[in-house]
Amino acid sequence: MDLDKKPNLTMTNKKGSKALRPNSSLLAIEAELCGAFNMACNGSDSGCRSNCYRNRDEEDEEVAAVPSPETKPVANGNNQGLCIKCKANQPMSFAGRRTDDDARFCGDCFRSNLFGKFRLAVTSNAMICPTDNVLVAFSGGASSRVALQFVHEMQHKAQKNFDASRDRSLPVFGVGVAFIDESSIFTVPEDEVTKGIEDIRLIVSSLTPPTKELHVVPIESLYSSDSNDGSDRLKKLLDAVCDATGKEDLLVYLRMLSLQKIASENGYNRLVLGSCTSRIACHVLTATVKVRTFFQQGHGYSLPADIQYVDSRWGVPVVLPLRDCLIQELNMLCHLDGLKTVELNKNPSSSINGLVSSFVTLLQEENPSRECTIVRTAGKLTPFHFNRIPEINDSNVPLATQRRQKRYNLKPTESISSESFCPICNSPLSKSDLLSFKNVESCDTNSVLFSAACCSSCRFQILPKDPSSVGDFYSLLPQPVVARAKCGSADNYSLLREQIKDCILSDSEDET
Amino acid sequence: MEEEGDAKPKKAGPRQCCVCNQRRAALKRPKTLEQICRECFYRVFEEEIHQVIVENQLFKPGERIAIGASGGKDSTVLAYVLSELNRRNNYGLDLFLLSVDEGITGYRDDSLETVKRNEIQYGLPLKVVSYKDLYGWTMDEMVKMIGLKNNCTFCGVFRRQALDRGAALLKVDKLATGHNADDIAETVLLNILRGDIARLSRCTAITTGEDGPIPRCKPFKYTYEKEIVMYAYFKRLDYFSTECIYSPNAYRGFAREFIKDLERIRPRAILDIIKSGEDFRISTSTKMPEQGTCERCGYISSQKWCKACVLLEGLNRGLPKLGIGRSRGLNQENSKDVKKGNGARSIESKQCGSLDF
Repeated sequence: MDLDKKPNLTMTNKKGSKALRPNSSLLAIEAELCGAFNMACNGSDSGCRSNCYRNRDEEDEEVAAVPSPETKPVANGNNQGLCIKCKANQPMSFAGRRTDDDARFCGDCFRSNLFGKFRLAVTSNAMICPTDNVLVAFSGGASSRVALQFVHEMQHKAQKNFDASRDRSLPVFGVGVAFIDESSIFTVPEDEVTKGIEDIRLIVSSLTPPTKELHVVPIESLYSSDSNDGSDRLKKLLDAVCDATGKEDLLVYLRMLSLQKIASENGYNRLVLGSCTSRIACHVLTATVKVRTFFQQGHGYSLPADIQYVDSRWGVPVVLPLRDCLIQELNMLCHLDGLKTVELNKNPSSSINGLVSSFVTLLQEENPSRECTIVRTAGKLTPFHFNRIPEINDSNVPLATQRRQKRYNLKPTESISSESFCPICNSPLSKSDLLSFKNVESCDTNSVLFSAACCSSCRFQILPKDPSSVGDFYSLLPQPVVARAKCGSADNYSLLREQIKDCILSDSEDET
Repeated sequence: MEEEGDAKPKKAGPRQCCVCNQRRAALKRPKTLEQICRECFYRVFEEEIHQVIVENQLFKPGERIAIGASGGKDSTVLAYVLSELNRRNNYGLDLFLLSVDEGITGYRDDSLETVKRNEIQYGLPLKVVSYKDLYGWTMDEMVKMIGLKNNCTFCGVFRRQALDRGAALLKVDKLATGHNADDIAETVLLNILRGDIARLSRCTAITTGEDGPIPRCKPFKYTYEKEIVMYAYFKRLDYFSTECIYSPNAYRGFAREFIKDLERIRPRAILDIIKSGEDFRISTSTKMPEQGTCERCGYISSQKWCKACVLLEGLNRGLPKLGIGRSRGLNQENSKDVKKGNGARSIESKQCGSLDF
């Protein structure tokens, strides 16, 4: 697809917004056709206080109360049992599906609806520009499989447009795929890992043209300089974390660092993750439980930092184009199109994360719009200044691209800025976190400085309780984490110094 | 619940209490997992509540305070602890017990007996207000008419007002309720799940309704349910532990179970959720409904008629669905029989115990 063509863009937008918020534009049609409309704010009568079409919703429910999901399309009017969008094909019918939302679309409309959500997210947040080089993080699961598929389709169209255009002025964005091999941490049989990686190679090599480079990188390669004992050190590091949830979370951060490392070493400037609505809903609840990333009194959490479409806290900005897609939909698409997924690293989880995800699954079964509601709740928190793609001031970039980016980017005034981040999880630090840092003497060792620079949540669930073992833990950390702590703490320190400089008499204790 | 309270250390050999280091540890504190003796447990339990009261300035000397007493564990322990603390720390409070008689045979009549015994045991004057006197209907009669769907809505609306009316009759300055940390954490979660930002920012407040006639406070905001049970168990307090017959045990919801599961993995999760709820403040420009008074009974109401009057009107006219569901029924259109919202909200544990007053 030619990303810089204006008419094309507006069309995308129109379609996409339909797909995104069916409750506004499609409501009337759907109410007529089938009555049932599971909107985000039903399911609890005291629910949403915003303008959520309450009465309408209620009337719809009244109609829906009688027929069961299977008979619904038949029970109404003239378009008997047809897809509610194209009104030509049979809607999909699969046994054992719970959400009747998908059942109203035919396969093609379902697919284009899902792709529409993806495309809207990409274009309206300026996630991918023609000059970009995009790295897709592929775990083998359904979400990242669909992300990979959609990015490929987009690239494929761009390539076709490029070949057809006469002046070839707009380049086609590049796509690479990264798989992080965590078999050194989990006890997976070796042949399974080899087979899994082989499958992934096959998947990626089938997505041509254009060809995509695949980077299979073991997670222990974060310890790049002394790679022979990397996996041992990693194991020791994870064993030093006694909290099961903390261990899982640390692994998530290390995985992100690995992806960042691959991206920056290979010249990628975007990292695409397959995080879907369901995943983000879980994140909202786990963040609530862990008092994760609370930012500043009166400003909400830094939780909003994690759940936006774009997160450029990292060296290479991270984008979540599947933020508006449910895992059920993604699984369905994989099933429909026969997209092969690879299951690795499936360990039963006894952590808070595991508990939350089964809780959210349960809630979603009870009400198919629950996950969206959760994400919307947290979406009302104010995002940060880094939750958008940084503006391009490069004159090499076509003006149209720049203009569009400006148009869709968040206004800086609506966001919060933050200076300092936790070196482990990279969440913006709260004032109270910073204050505890203030108490640290400048003569303290690196490891003490490090733990003081962490957020309270990481200090609780990842760092060892016993202060004497923090030193050991610190020595086991891979270089990128330590490096971030150093640059972060220097920032913190100067920030604090700035606040008290008028009270400092001598410059003697200036150097840390 | 009682068995959980009896969590004695399994390890062989006597283990010392980690607070006083003198007596044998008798229990594992649910909140911190410290192994402590009974005496130290009583002390830390009461001391924490005292600190909450002092830090949040819940009461002023000379105030008259009503304790919402249902006869259940929370309110019984609250009555006991408050009267103890009042005496020990010279709060200078006049304490009263306030009970609502919903008129549920086999449940409230029995629990009221408990409250009456508490009246004597703790020497606190008791006032009972009944639905029958206030509204002319007992809950039993209402259920006969409206069935078991939405009955908790009626009960909740009427109880809220009944408590206020009872408090006014007692001429108290404040009403203390036994909502515990688990209840509040559950409400935070439910409000996130529902996307109710307005309630989310309100539900963690320790004192509510300060602009209304009688403010309410929750001295147990940071007290774990399990510790309350433990306290009642070891002190052999006289409380009533049957669930309401119209909201049976089977109804216990996902959210409550989820919180219990979390507590098992990480005890401080409950406090963390409350903390998150407090921080979850969003600069909303949401307009709060204007507070007026009900044209019929004079109770505070944002509408022409207060909710209780709307529901009561429905009952008296034989249209029990009036006022149930989302539209405002009587306040908008007198004759409109309002459609019913979805009755079953299975994510919630107790419909009656709505926390936002």
